[in-house]
Amino acid sequence: MKEILPNAFDERLLRELAPQVLGAVVRRYRDFAAAEDAVQEAMLAAFAQWPQQGVPENPRGWLIQVASRRMTDLVRSEIARRERETSVVRDAETMVLADEIEPDIEMDPNDTLILLFMCCHPALTSSSTIALTLRAVGGLTTAEIANAFLVPEATMAQRISRAKQSIKASGVPFSLLPPEDRAERLPAVLHVLYLIFNEGYASSIGAHLQRLDLAREAIRLTRCATNLLPDDAEVAGLLALMLLTDARRAARTGSDEELIPLDKQDRSLWDRAEISEGTEFLTAALSKGSVGLYQLQAAIAAVHDEAARAEDTDWPQILALYELLKGVSPSPMVTLNHAIATAMVHGPSKGLELLKPLDSDHRLAEHHRLSSVRAHLLELLGDHESAVRHYRIAASRTTSIPEQNYLMTQTARLETSLNCPEEKTITP
Amino acid sequence: MKYILMMHIQKAGYGTFGAWSDKDIAANFAFVKGLNKALSESGEFVAADGLTLPDQARVVRAGKDGVPVTDGVFPESKEFLAGYLMVDVETTERAYEIAAIWSAGPGPGGLPLNMPIEVRQAMSVGASELP
Repeated sequence: MKEILPNAFDERLLRELAPQVLGAVVRRYRDFAAAEDAVQEAMLAAFAQWPQQGVPENPRGWLIQVASRRMTDLVRSEIARRERETSVVRDAETMVLADEIEPDIEMDPNDTLILLFMCCHPALTSSSTIALTLRAVGGLTTAEIANAFLVPEATMAQRISRAKQSIKASGVPFSLLPPEDRAERLPAVLHVLYLIFNEGYASSIGAHLQRLDLAREAIRLTRCATNLLPDDAEVAGLLALMLLTDARRAARTGSDEELIPLDKQDRSLWDRAEISEGTEFLTAALSKGSVGLYQLQAAIAAVHDEAARAEDTDWPQILALYELLKGVSPSPMVTLNHAIATAMVHGPSKGLELLKPLDSDHRLAEHHRLSSVRAHLLELLGDHESAVRHYRIAASRTTSIPEQNYLMTQTARLETSLNCPEEKTITP
Repeated sequence: MKYILMMHIQKAGYGTFGAWSDKDIAANFAFVKGLNKALSESGEFVAADGLTLPDQARVVRAGKDGVPVTDGVFPESKEFLAGYLMVDVETTERAYEIAAIWSAGPGPGGLPLNMPIEVRQAMSVGASELP
């Protein structure tokens, strides 16, 4: 009667199992919200026991067994339900004997996909859908998610529980959507993965060493989605975009964590392996013939990544890609980036012309990005006085500390050059 | 997006707080407790605290060798921070809505206080890639 085999504990294994286990438990008990809580508890029990005691021979079965027991408890007792977020599962409750585990528990390879579509439900707010996706599909604990978003654990637990209530209220069955519906819902799913990546990418700045690496988590989940939807070009495009962007991570900030813009980055710090993997995914996606938003953004990132030096950047190609992007997915942010590409190809005054209509676009008129791009182009034009003015506006409008530091540094740098005529003559 | 909601109070206002009836004070405390609970349940609560009375406040500056030099509060100050609430919300409008709820907390006789609440967005430590 052996309980476990002492295999080395691997957190990734546990996380990959999480959605599979949840799928099996939901299938058995038909209650997504409660099953999700039960699986979370089984995960916590595994986190507490496996590193010391070793990984069970059948880790999936072990988790299902622990979660199922918890489900039984939940059904029996309302009190247990209320305490589920904080109670520590006692060892005795999670002693699973090898012969207790059913060898052939119903397992559907589509479970992870079903869960992904379920969690990325369009009725949910983005903060709750992100939290639920990270927990139910990503296998993360509430504490880890709360820490990543710098909110108390109790607040995050409520956010997740409310998200599940909304899903319950919307009456979605636990089953794979028909292909037409799936295609319709896929953009929402990809958007959630993109938001998780962005959150992680942005928060990789700053001394948050204890915070979960959300960018890596987003890459892992998107990679999983590419395995489940191998024929979809946009899923692969999104993964390519993430890899091609994440590859520049080490070069994005300096020794004092100051932001370093793309044209000033030390390109030897870029992750070549990640770039080539991203490029492979992009090439495969583009060959599928349905070009979308993520593939185009990935293609732009790839052009940047290909240039050995900033001055080698193929801006005409980037401009052409932004023109396509304007057609596929028009937005003021795309217009803004299109203006930068135009300036790099046809000169800063052409770029500045394209910014004018954005002044009357309520989504961007007051945005720091419009001012910072305008300042950058004015500087390229040689109008340093106006550039300083716009850098200053941008610095006052950004809500990000590193961006504000960067913009204030730009202001100070240009002001110094305005006050030193000799330096002024050598700037173009 | 995280916002800090700051309740400023007239210095004179502190003196009158003691004149509230027990019932009114209890109602106000229950209100604040209920608000924090509701915000936790809506997944928006980050932190909240009430601050000690202004006569206990000290202004601190670094003196020689960085030794703290404390000073009493400035008698000319008319307003003090009485407490703060930090929330994580989807929109600015929602932060304003919460501020309005807090502002209307019950005062003497259960009437809404309509305290002024200063709402400020917290800067993020994140940044998007620069062009």
